[in-house]
Amino acid sequence: MLDQLEQGPWPSFVTDLKQLAASKATVGQLLGQLEKSYRDRWDYWTGTVLNLSGYGGGVLARYSDLRDEFPEVAQFHTVRIIEPSGYVYSTEALRELCDISEEYSAGILQLHGMTGDVLMLGSDNQATHAAGEALMSKGWDIGGSGGALRTISCCIGPARCEMTCFDTLGLAKFLTDTFISELHRPEFPYKFKFKLSGCANDCAGSMMRSDLPLIGTWRDDIKVDQEAAAGFIEQNGEEFVIGNVVSRCPTRCISLRGGRLDINNDNCVHCMHCINVMHSALRPGDDRGATILIGGKRTLKIGDMFSSLLVPFMKMQTQEDWDALVDLVRRIWDFWTEYALEHERVGEFIDRISMTSFLDGIGLEPDPRMVKEPRTNSYIKFEEYGPPRFHGEPPQPPNVVDREVIGPEADEAAGNPNRQSGADEAIPDGGNAGDANKAGGGAKGAS
Amino acid sequence: MAADRLAPRDNGAPDFRKYLHPAMRRNYGRWVDHENIKPGVYKHISEDGEELFTVRAGSPRMLSIHKVRQICDAADRYCEGHLRFTTRNNIEFLLTKAEDVEPLINEIETVLGFPVGGTGRSISNILHTQGWLHCNLPGTDASGSVKAIMDVLYEEFRRDDLPQRLKISTSCCQINCGSHADIAIILQHHHPPRLDHERIASCELPKVVGICPVAAIRPARKGGRNTVEVVKEKCMYCGACHGQCPGLEIRDADTDTLAVWVGGKSASTRGGPAFMKLATFGLPNNPPRWPEVSDAVRKIVDAYKDGARQYERVGEWIERVGWKHFFEVTGFEFTRYHIDSYRFARTSFNISAQARR
Repeated sequence: MLDQLEQGPWPSFVTDLKQLAASKATVGQLLGQLEKSYRDRWDYWTGTVLNLSGYGGGVLARYSDLRDEFPEVAQFHTVRIIEPSGYVYSTEALRELCDISEEYSAGILQLHGMTGDVLMLGSDNQATHAAGEALMSKGWDIGGSGGALRTISCCIGPARCEMTCFDTLGLAKFLTDTFISELHRPEFPYKFKFKLSGCANDCAGSMMRSDLPLIGTWRDDIKVDQEAAAGFIEQNGEEFVIGNVVSRCPTRCISLRGGRLDINNDNCVHCMHCINVMHSALRPGDDRGATILIGGKRTLKIGDMFSSLLVPFMKMQTQEDWDALVDLVRRIWDFWTEYALEHERVGEFIDRISMTSFLDGIGLEPDPRMVKEPRTNSYIKFEEYGPPRFHGEPPQPPNVVDREVIGPEADEAAGNPNRQSGADEAIPDGGNAGDANKAGGGAKGAS
Repeated sequence: MAADRLAPRDNGAPDFRKYLHPAMRRNYGRWVDHENIKPGVYKHISEDGEELFTVRAGSPRMLSIHKVRQICDAADRYCEGHLRFTTRNNIEFLLTKAEDVEPLINEIETVLGFPVGGTGRSISNILHTQGWLHCNLPGTDASGSVKAIMDVLYEEFRRDDLPQRLKISTSCCQINCGSHADIAIILQHHHPPRLDHERIASCELPKVVGICPVAAIRPARKGGRNTVEVVKEKCMYCGACHGQCPGLEIRDADTDTLAVWVGGKSASTRGGPAFMKLATFGLPNNPPRWPEVSDAVRKIVDAYKDGARQYERVGEWIERVGWKHFFEVTGFEFTRYHIDSYRFARTSFNISAQARR
């Protein structure tokens, strides 16, 4: 049946692998097992665990259920290799991966996996260890899997794009190196992914495929080259500009007056559409940074979730800016790993405990840009008003387990200066309804 | 292996600076404009007026080392030994000499056998993961269906005359590794998991119970040992348990089908990101070429080409013309299964008196 995938104009992986099979017996048997899968419409791999010494992930170990028939692929594992930021390579580097793959595994590379890794397919238990050592001795490193930080990926950014609002490649490498232990040693409730896109075009697919997208933006004015804009309008006609630029602006903040583009930058949401269409005339402003979002994931378990906005703007230029991001990420991880359920992505966690509790937990103030609109239901537990009491008895703090039980000393020890001042107060003996409820309300969802 | 023989650990990410094309290194962060010269070819211009050409080629993602070395040969010949890959598994050859563009395209198409395209308003390469080739959970294959669909959409990859870019993904189970796209193909299960108590015995039962999003799995005792049972009325056949414990087999070669979803978008441009919505379902899982899936995709692409305005992604087009129109022009039937019955279903209802005739 696989023969039929050798026909047609699109390049055929079957033809490629068949040629490889001439020198690699494993590949012949791999195709044999795949052929059987096609006939039976059934999968014949069992997933298992194999770790390189010192690492808790990065190898996707597979045993064939048909090892009697296809003994060469009885153990047929994939090694995840951290890719260079932006998937840029020298041919020397790629040839090095080819040589290691040829020596230790089946000679199949996938460029790239959906997380971003280079995937090196087809080594048995022993060869997987040897492949890992060969890779690491040449300076490569192993990617993440399981309940750990996953390999980070990003768009091409400043290496070849005029739209980018921060150094996606540099930051991706910095985050990878800074969090390399979290990447290699699973200590999280479940996976955590960053993806970095230099602008709202989101070429890294971060909104739908990462727990914490970083998307480039700016906070001064769009740069307009009126001369180039006039040239564009003359070339394409006013009707084109009105139909494809002016009326496609989501906040209607751009207009055409007397042949000139007029932009109300206060109402611009930095969506990039006008810049995409008129890229010779328009550019992002100079005061650039990133928007940080949180909570995206794919379907399993509770359904698809996009990320939602967490920090509208953060500078991403200096080492200090990057360190501030690292600090925010650590606060998120501390709170999430402490209170999340097993196998609960951060988006699912926020859904369960409420965004308000999450903001309290990581020490961020609410901002209207975090929501599309304020709530529409009136069932609100105001923390400032205690529940009604009979006979004038003093209000009691809510009977929930919360982080304040640990006490303010713990917060200070954790070096968390951004926490709301009210939440830092110890639970009073009674009589101060506002403070008591505020203190209790902070992490009530985490109980 | 003795500890003193181990290679260094925690090397971190490879240094991309070493791998940047020299023109990228010279003009890092100093690009000012670009031009889509023709399908598959970009020209980027830097502050200094330096030009960098990019020739984009579609690849099957899975490459033999022979093929990778051929790719390297081409990059050595024309690109000063530098190239990159895109998020959608395309290969981008980078070069500074305009006169080398056509000979490079010729080498890509004839020696490598890869099409040049995938830029601008084209159908780019399909996102997918492993399928039967190397995953332990799939109900179908990925590389094979991608090959079959791209055979059908080959010309759309090489041209760029669609209303807007169009992205496709495939997923072999409801984890949805392929992610959201303008058109997505996802395998669908149709009954609760079958239980193999022998295999369940080796799983961590609290985790198996805990992973079910609708609490349909309960601890149970069978034949004198601890296992689980599934409340079939609650189960929505998502397969989360199957990933946790292979003893709960969600797949079925006889009944699994494929569904096609439309309108997904990641970019925050214009109306912002959008989830994809069910277009049609019940397509047979039909290797090696899944013709029913290709037909459905073709119908959507043709209707989109015909009806969308410039810059409208598939979802934006449907939003403007309405779902009634979408089902009419594609010929897909709108059924009771298209009405959401899960969380936030109400947010997908038409809460207005606005209706097209």
